[in-house]
Amino acid sequence: MRRVVITGIGLVTPLAGNREASWERLIEGRSGAQKIDLFDTDDLSCKIAAQVPWTTGRGGGEGDPEAFDPDRAGSAKERRRVGEFIVYGMAAAAEAIEDSGWVPQTEEEKCMTGVLIGSGIGGLPEIAETAKILEESGPRKVSPFFIPSALINLCSGQVSIKHGFKGPNHSVVTACATGAHAIGDSARLIQYGDADVMVAGGTEGSLCRIAVAGFAAAKTLSTKFNDEPERASRPYDKDRDGFLFGEGAGVLVLEEYEHAKKRGAKIYAEVLGYGLSGDAHHITSPAEDGNGGYRAMEMALRHAKLTPADIDYVNTHGTSTPVGDEIEVRAIERLFGESVKGLSLSSTKSSIGHLLGAAGAVEAAFTALAVKNSMIPPTLNLENPSFESEIDLTPLKSKAREIKYALSNSFGFGGTNAALVLGRIDD
Amino acid sequence: MSDVFERVKKIVVENLEVEADKVTEAASFIDDLGADSLDLVELVMAFEEEFGIEIEDEVQENIRTVGDAVTEIKKTQG
Repeated sequence: MRRVVITGIGLVTPLAGNREASWERLIEGRSGAQKIDLFDTDDLSCKIAAQVPWTTGRGGGEGDPEAFDPDRAGSAKERRRVGEFIVYGMAAAAEAIEDSGWVPQTEEEKCMTGVLIGSGIGGLPEIAETAKILEESGPRKVSPFFIPSALINLCSGQVSIKHGFKGPNHSVVTACATGAHAIGDSARLIQYGDADVMVAGGTEGSLCRIAVAGFAAAKTLSTKFNDEPERASRPYDKDRDGFLFGEGAGVLVLEEYEHAKKRGAKIYAEVLGYGLSGDAHHITSPAEDGNGGYRAMEMALRHAKLTPADIDYVNTHGTSTPVGDEIEVRAIERLFGESVKGLSLSSTKSSIGHLLGAAGAVEAAFTALAVKNSMIPPTLNLENPSFESEIDLTPLKSKAREIKYALSNSFGFGGTNAALVLGRIDD
Repeated sequence: MSDVFERVKKIVVENLEVEADKVTEAASFIDDLGADSLDLVELVMAFEEEFGIEIEDEVQENIRTVGDAVTEIKKTQG
């Protein structure tokens, strides 16, 4: 089986507009939560989100040297043709590709370099705005760029056009498991020999009134901390009351191991295992016994040829919802048995909120950086756990720790689950 | 140069991100100014907005150069 390694990482997160600063701020224990400044929230029960800070000032980016610079995604003309989720995805992809140093020269190399970037919701803000234009001004005012700006696979399309990658061009839509599925499926395309390099990840730029109203109607968002946004995302804490809406993108460059070695690429970690499953239970709630997540983790470990005892760290799905958090931890405990002793886990959603379709990709990137830097990011706001566990939940502060193997979990609406196993590469 | 041309030129420069001196009456949107068919639709919408007019679909199909656009806008304005 061909081995797959991570040779590039690009991030746009509520902490910062790039990889380095996002990671540093994550480890420092900073929060990307804030009051929503993008639109009026007066009549919404949830008034907070984890917004990406922009150099233009929005999302609290004013004066922040690490804020997201939209020019990184493309020119104003290029950006006008795409939805916000594509802007984030293109910027993260550009950073990941540059970080990897991979520039295919020959036609064959281009055809062996593919793109697979998914999104949970895609261009919802653009759909909402265009619906309003149609209603108020009629069909002649609908932009010819509306459809291609909103279609989820268009991020993969735009990245391929921009960089000339002619390999597999694909996308994933599995709600909050999207990013993890995109990375896992991309790894398999490389293992199968359909590509040598895959630009893989997830992106989400769906923060708008209709999205917040919709998630709030489903009673999934935190509403108790509108005046203290940084305290809202608190996985495993007894006061948690829902997730914090986030936005951003995570894109990885995945590469066949020998291909990466041959060109002397820096390697963050190896993608060793990937597991998927369905709950067959409920549209928004996980099965009470967490068997879907359990089976995804079990399959990922089987493909990695590892046992639970080999795993040092789990980056959990842990969204800070009352029901889901404990179900996932209990599933980990059942799967790991005696080896929960000495296991560390954390939910980085405590810092960046829930990036929906980008979550799995950003969290896989954080997991790879944790492996590379021997550092576990913290679970912020975990002051009083609502249940007991022998697992170290890494409360409040990051923790230095050697990590040989790590798991990253992502679960989505519809009962879709994905787990990735990443491992350290010792040169 | 007419006032209509100058206003058209301004829109073309902004929408297509091209150098102002490239936007001549004879310049073809697609061959000289790097537009594609979707850009053209958007440009016509911008002209309609700017001049408060409506350009029929059949007429739109005949707009290939900046000069064509100026002519059609003047005609529609009456």
